Amino acid sequence: MSTLTVSRQLRAPNPFLILLNSQEAVLVIALVVVTLFVTALNPRFLEFGNISDILSNCAYVAVAAIGTTMVIVSGNIDISMGSALGVCATIAGTLSVNNVPIPLVFLLTVLAGGLIGLANGFLVAYLRIPAIVVTLGMSSILKGGLIIATQGKWIYNMPPGFALSQGNLAGIPNPVWIMFILIAGFWLYLRYTAQGREVYAVGGNTEAARLSGINTRRVILRVFILNGLLVGVASILFATKFSSIQSNVPSGYELLVITSAVIGGVSILGGTGSVIGALLGAIFLETTRTSLPFIQIGGQPVRAEWFQAIQGTLILLAILIDIARRRRMR
Amino acid sequence: MPALLELKAISKTFPGVRALDNVSFDVNPGEVHALLGENGAGKSTLIKIISGVYRPDGGEMLVDGQPVQFTNPGQAQAIGIATIYQELGLYPELTVAENIFMGHMPRTALGSLDWKTAQARSRELLDTLEATELDVRARVGTLNVGNRQRVEIAKALSRNARLLILDEPTAALTSRDVDQLFNIVRKLRERGVGLIYISHRLEEVFELADRVTVLRDGQYISTRPVSEVTEPELIRAMVGRTLDNLYPKLDTTPGEVVLRVRDLHRRPATRGVSFEMRAGEIVGLAGLVGSGRSEMAQVLFGFLPADSGTIEVFGKPASIKSPSDAMRLGIAYIPEDRQRQGLITPMTVRENSSLAVLRQMVRGPFIDRGGEVSLAHSSVKQLDIRTPGIEQLVRNLSGGNQQKIVIAKWLASKPKFLIVDEPTRGIDVGAKAEIHRLLSSLAAQGLAILMISSDLPEVLGMSDRILVMRQGRLVAEYSRAEATQEKIVGAAMTEGVSAVAEVPTP
Repeated sequence: MSTLTVSRQLRAPNPFLILLNSQEAVLVIALVVVTLFVTALNPRFLEFGNISDILSNCAYVAVAAIGTTMVIVSGNIDISMGSALGVCATIAGTLSVNNVPIPLVFLLTVLAGGLIGLANGFLVAYLRIPAIVVTLGMSSILKGGLIIATQGKWIYNMPPGFALSQGNLAGIPNPVWIMFILIAGFWLYLRYTAQGREVYAVGGNTEAARLSGINTRRVILRVFILNGLLVGVASILFATKFSSIQSNVPSGYELLVITSAVIGGVSILGGTGSVIGALLGAIFLETTRTSLPFIQIGGQPVRAEWFQAIQGTLILLAILIDIARRRRMR
Repeated sequence: MPALLELKAISKTFPGVRALDNVSFDVNPGEVHALLGENGAGKSTLIKIISGVYRPDGGEMLVDGQPVQFTNPGQAQAIGIATIYQELGLYPELTVAENIFMGHMPRTALGSLDWKTAQARSRELLDTLEATELDVRARVGTLNVGNRQRVEIAKALSRNARLLILDEPTAALTSRDVDQLFNIVRKLRERGVGLIYISHRLEEVFELADRVTVLRDGQYISTRPVSEVTEPELIRAMVGRTLDNLYPKLDTTPGEVVLRVRDLHRRPATRGVSFEMRAGEIVGLAGLVGSGRSEMAQVLFGFLPADSGTIEVFGKPASIKSPSDAMRLGIAYIPEDRQRQGLITPMTVRENSSLAVLRQMVRGPFIDRGGEVSLAHSSVKQLDIRTPGIEQLVRNLSGGNQQKIVIAKWLASKPKFLIVDEPTRGIDVGAKAEIHRLLSSLAAQGLAILMISSDLPEVLGMSDRILVMRQGRLVAEYSRAEATQEKIVGAAMTEGVSAVAEVPTP
């Protein structure tokens, strides 16, 4: 309705509404509220070690959520991250116990992720198969292939230099450094480079983007490759967390990553969203998960299974807000 | 005798805006009453009140002299008010007869659905609309827009509609369908049906309507018998100021040949097209919807690369396989559907206006923000885009301003050859004149412009030369001096043309 449009333009912007329109702001507020609430119940929650653990533990989700942000913004979806993570982690572990130099192990692991992304991207962009079908198939292939290749054996006795996630620099855990550096880099990339802008254009309106001279297929291929490389990095953070690697697929990982992005304000319909939001989403989820044992109900700590239900509620809520916001725009 | 419908001092306020302020309006039986106004003038709100979608905040509505209050559209329908909206409200998977009797299917004595009666009565209704060749068992999804509209009208008549509201009924029709629609409207009028007719095309109002009411910014401006008003008077009433000229075409001397096309083929819609364009020329490309005009333009722009044929740009053979190839050669294409093909609606004015030159705006690794901001500001200024600022999302702007942003995006690429496809469709008169002025001055600066349009006065008013397309071929060419509406329509339509004209629109 054009008349309503006029009214929206004329009305003085309400600062509170602007704040609510920014999902990042909503998440920061939610994060503060949850933290204060849990700390009030149990002051140990706010100890430095715990906060550092939360950030460190969510790094492998947040890094993949950068890739998922780009994939969803471009109007696609990837649900093969869990399988890709399992495959890459197994590759990393296997290479390292076979005495491949550690830097080369990490490089090859990231490239393996990129290769999976390349395959996904090629099928989506050039053979025009819907992303959900491609990545569902890819997920199944990787999962099956992994079990056939390893029989689900555990990998032990990785060399000492392999434990990247367990180290720290200047008192800050390595995964936190890696997470923040990648977030900063991709924030700049998406917001300030032509390639980044093209991702938003393709997701906002593919046909208009193509008619504006943007090579939309190449953009989608590039997004999937970057996503794959980031999953490769995430898999290193994941594989080096513990002293053993179970060579199978962690369940629910893709949902965790997608939920982070979506509650971070990445619109499932494409075209809008930021990596900062996805980072906050990942931190918020991890905070919620960590806080459950700190809360006592009837003398018992809250069971971890509640996290699944909370996560599901959050993703539905986030999508509802996204849709409501779009309706209001109209 | 009381009026069929009478509105007295109707007002309607939405949060923050007065959509209708004290508007009065009436329709008599057997009358076509045109409702005119720019986008946002309040026409849509008014018809939604009449059809029971909105409830007015103030004022009175009378049907046959009796006060009525509708709380939902069903009540308006029951009293005999039917609205044919721009987006037709039919079920494409169902048949013609099923659509016509949707919700009030005749029953047999046993209470089961009576298909025979439904089909027979559908047949009768369509026959009265001169749609004798339309099969009542055909799926509506297979029909073209004109036939779907007839089904919609038959559906209204099946409910004994006494007042029919037609909202921009000709916007998507071919000129042949328009003629048939006009016949139907006249027939209904003879039968005593009252009609409210909404259109941006003034010539239709003069051809069809008995009276015309103008709204502006939610205010009632005037109601006059059509025989007593002139076109400039109506435009002045709608725009609130005098528009000296809707088609401000400047004289130009064509320069060098910018584009030469020979025997261009692209199955199925482009078949052996040859023509050339010179700098400073505006060439109008007319033809029916489905004649292959837009497809041919998209071949030139590389969106649908050619199967065969040659394209020369400034005398050099060009290979155009993608839009980016075309852009490198200085070709720009402003598509007909700005929502679907022109704009990235979740993006801002700034981001949209730099989109076609994004790669040139990069400094080091990043987009040159300062350059982008100044480009956006100069676009807003040059095209007089009405927006609160360059950071406004384009979806919040009016149609005319959105169209200007699409044009701005392409002017930023400094094209030598510009293709515009239906540049002013669905845009109000004021913005239309501005876009015409802009095209004219661009041509005067040496740009070659190919203008595709179904709006014949626009083609005649703006073109130096007119090409007519039919069934994928160029069939006629007229100079500005020799072209007339009759010649163009004659060339665009001949016997046996219906196969192409009836291409269903997606």
